[in-house]
Amino acid sequence: MKLELRGITKRFGALVANDHISLTIEPGEIHCLLGENGAGKSTLMNVLYGLYNADEGQILLDDTAVTFSGPGDAMAAGIGMVHQHFMLIPVFTVAENVMLGHEPTRAGTLLDLPAARALVREISQRFGFEVDPDALVEDLPVGVQQRVEIIKALARDARVLVLDEPTAVLTPQETDELMVIMRGLAASGTSIVFITHKLREVREVADRITVMRLGKIVGTASPTSSTSELAELMVGRAVDLTVKKDEPQFTAKEFDVAHLTALDALGNHLLDDVSFTIRGGEVLAIAGVQGNGQTELTEAILGLRSHVSGSIRLNGTELVGSSVRKVLDAGVGFVPEDRQKDGIIGEFTVAENLMLDRSTGNPFASGLNIKFGYLEDFASSAITEFDIRTQGTDTLAGRLSGGNQQKVVLARELSRDLQLFIASQPTRGLDVGSIEFVHDRIIATRDAGIPVLIVSTELDEVVSLADRIAVMYRGKIVGIVDATTSRTTLGEMMAGIAA
Amino acid sequence: MVESTLHERTGEEVTTVNATQGLAAPVAIDVPRSWKTPIVLGVLALIWLICFGIFGDARTVAFGWSDTSDAIVLPDFVVNSKTFCLTIGILMLAIAVVATWLASQRRKVPMWLIIPFGVLLVWSLVGWVGAGGRVPVEFLLTGALALSTPVVFGALSGVIGERVGVVNIAIEGQLLIGAFAAAVTGSITGSLTLGIIAAMIGGALVSLVLAAFSIVYLVDQVIVGVVLNALAIGITNFLYASVLNDNSAEYNFPGTLPFLPIPFLSDIPVIGGVLFNQRITTYAMFVLVPLVYVVLFKTKWGLRIRAVGEHPLAADTVGINVKRTRFWTVTVAGMIAGLGGGALTIGSVGAFVREMSAGQGYIALAAVILGRWNPWLAACAALLFGFSRNFRIWAGQAGSTIPSDLIAMTPYLVTLIAVAGLVGHARGPAAAGRPYIKQ
Repeated sequence: MKLELRGITKRFGALVANDHISLTIEPGEIHCLLGENGAGKSTLMNVLYGLYNADEGQILLDDTAVTFSGPGDAMAAGIGMVHQHFMLIPVFTVAENVMLGHEPTRAGTLLDLPAARALVREISQRFGFEVDPDALVEDLPVGVQQRVEIIKALARDARVLVLDEPTAVLTPQETDELMVIMRGLAASGTSIVFITHKLREVREVADRITVMRLGKIVGTASPTSSTSELAELMVGRAVDLTVKKDEPQFTAKEFDVAHLTALDALGNHLLDDVSFTIRGGEVLAIAGVQGNGQTELTEAILGLRSHVSGSIRLNGTELVGSSVRKVLDAGVGFVPEDRQKDGIIGEFTVAENLMLDRSTGNPFASGLNIKFGYLEDFASSAITEFDIRTQGTDTLAGRLSGGNQQKVVLARELSRDLQLFIASQPTRGLDVGSIEFVHDRIIATRDAGIPVLIVSTELDEVVSLADRIAVMYRGKIVGIVDATTSRTTLGEMMAGIAA
Repeated sequence: MVESTLHERTGEEVTTVNATQGLAAPVAIDVPRSWKTPIVLGVLALIWLICFGIFGDARTVAFGWSDTSDAIVLPDFVVNSKTFCLTIGILMLAIAVVATWLASQRRKVPMWLIIPFGVLLVWSLVGWVGAGGRVPVEFLLTGALALSTPVVFGALSGVIGERVGVVNIAIEGQLLIGAFAAAVTGSITGSLTLGIIAAMIGGALVSLVLAAFSIVYLVDQVIVGVVLNALAIGITNFLYASVLNDNSAEYNFPGTLPFLPIPFLSDIPVIGGVLFNQRITTYAMFVLVPLVYVVLFKTKWGLRIRAVGEHPLAADTVGINVKRTRFWTVTVAGMIAGLGGGALTIGSVGAFVREMSAGQGYIALAAVILGRWNPWLAACAALLFGFSRNFRIWAGQAGSTIPSDLIAMTPYLVTLIAVAGLVGHARGPAAAGRPYIKQ
């Protein structure tokens, strides 16, 4: 099916998320929509899918103008969408998820489960998915859940399939498999819109590339364009994607984790005998697919988890069993993976957020009083030093952009006397400018002789920051390798195969 | 290097291979055994065995299965109370032993073991209280069913509401308004059928307010529910005092629904009288429990309702109108609770009394959780509450030495124990209580 968007404009208040976007997707084409976070790709697709109403513009399917008042209309017209955050109900089976909304029935209303199962089997066989229709979705690995989403769209006869950042949650191998699936679908006549900000994938799979920046289409590119050409188009200026760093200069500081094990309430191993050492002046990056124990590892180090055994030593001091306060006082700086939930308090001002972890005693408080004068000076200088784009120290942190919120977190954590710096998903959801800034600060911290632990699911980030890479899989460290290790090897390790 | 150590929790010997050898350490099976259920069951069985068995009452107890007026008269079952309670105590202990064995195998203690345990526990208590007298079994069961009817309706209403993602705290208010509407409409029109319909409309109206505030205006559901309950008490008290009290013959004298014995079936000893000689409201309950189950779990509407209660955004993306689904489902839930209110007046005492719902709506909420959001189990839980209320009445009559308030406390104690431990970590609908805000 041919899909055409003409002059789509979508505003949120003063922000123009989509500014007269025109786009044509030919039948059987893999059309890549490339752009940074916040460029307006997802907004555009939500307009197409009927989740948002466009302020201006038209959607044409096979040259006929259509209007969608909700996702139901879009689906009926043959548009399927695989959302970045899966729209699956975890406690339902695959078959129940696939049939939800257009249930096959007997006697008008009774669910026809056998028919739904047969449909799931038929589609999974056609594309070689191997999905069990009776499995509970919450028990399935992410990669399989994604296939359930694709089956869901295909079961509704989707002829245009929109994939919104589909590779964010996948291992490199799963990504390769997804690309095979995409090519298979395109060959069978399905048009595919592939939304991403990952340049490598674009070049590999796209037939055509449209680049968006700040709500506008800034150009089209061919898949043969070089990575740096695409990056320049996407960001609007020449970008240096490599992080410059010298050989590590080791210091006496040492962070040592040995046989660290953490259990959940049911006794499952969240962390299973994790051991590693980071010396002052080097970056150890933890690579791995989301949900393989990385979050639990940082929580265990911070003292946020119970049922932890093993040892965590910072410069020889045991941290297991210490309160979070003690861990922080030992000189641990921590950038949490979910900055909006754990990193900042959105309803607090920038200045208040900068003193969150030091609310008692020096330097921000004396007795019961906060030293507002000192805080104000401190906040002003932090805003300058970290280039935080805010109207003032009393702006609510929740009003800042993601990149600036992350800078607030960094400013807070790096302003203390650190013995260890941990950053989890330090650049998730940030624009390229902020990414460069955050990376530079991380390397500067390393060069100041502090042990640095980075947790990231972005392999590019891991490779560019790390001196050594530890790969986690199902709560275990599969191996610790040099940063020059090939992506193929790293990918295999992320799937649990030891190097 | 191979080390043998005692595992800190299980006390078992665990062999670990030091990782320096390059071998992966074997994963110790470390699913913790849950001793909670066996301990609770064991302690209860011992208390029952000792108190009611070993130190039991040596007099005889007669279990009366029939009245002399029944079509088929069964002889009383006469037994020594102490022997009876000893036997039951040993059976309970046996179940506790099986539970212990299951726990040692790291298996869950299934519902089909816990429910018989509860039944045995109750009958041992009955056999002890009834020592030296006669236990009217049919009266105990019929009364229990009658007292639990409003709670069952309320619990069904709560299950439906929470399944679609709306916490229906307003069950209490729906019961009260339903009771009031049934009594007044029944009196004025002289038609009990209209009374039933009015009860359902009354309950639905309370639901509509709950739905409008919580779904459309996104006010916290719990707060709206509590306020609605207070409002229902206020309105009915006001109207009762200003209108009903002075003209009770005109406005508060609806009569009661007739008993409709089902031919032949109602002649079956014991269960015939309990199950097949009832009012239309009770029969409605018999139909509604399985019906709600089938609708929720076997029909497309049920699938959509549950989807909305679990992950509203996901439901929205497949074209399900979340707000509309919630709105109408909650309204239907309110109708069911209203019907329960009708059972309180025209299905029971035949008049409206101030604040007659007396917290049964909250008990229904407890039954929802105790019943793990399942219509069958919630109805069972409601029956348990009804039984213990009726047991208190009978124990008072039988001249039991246990203070009746202590007996009245038991169902709540059971709820606390069950919710805290036996039921395990029950997981309700993920989006229950959370408003759905579309961007």
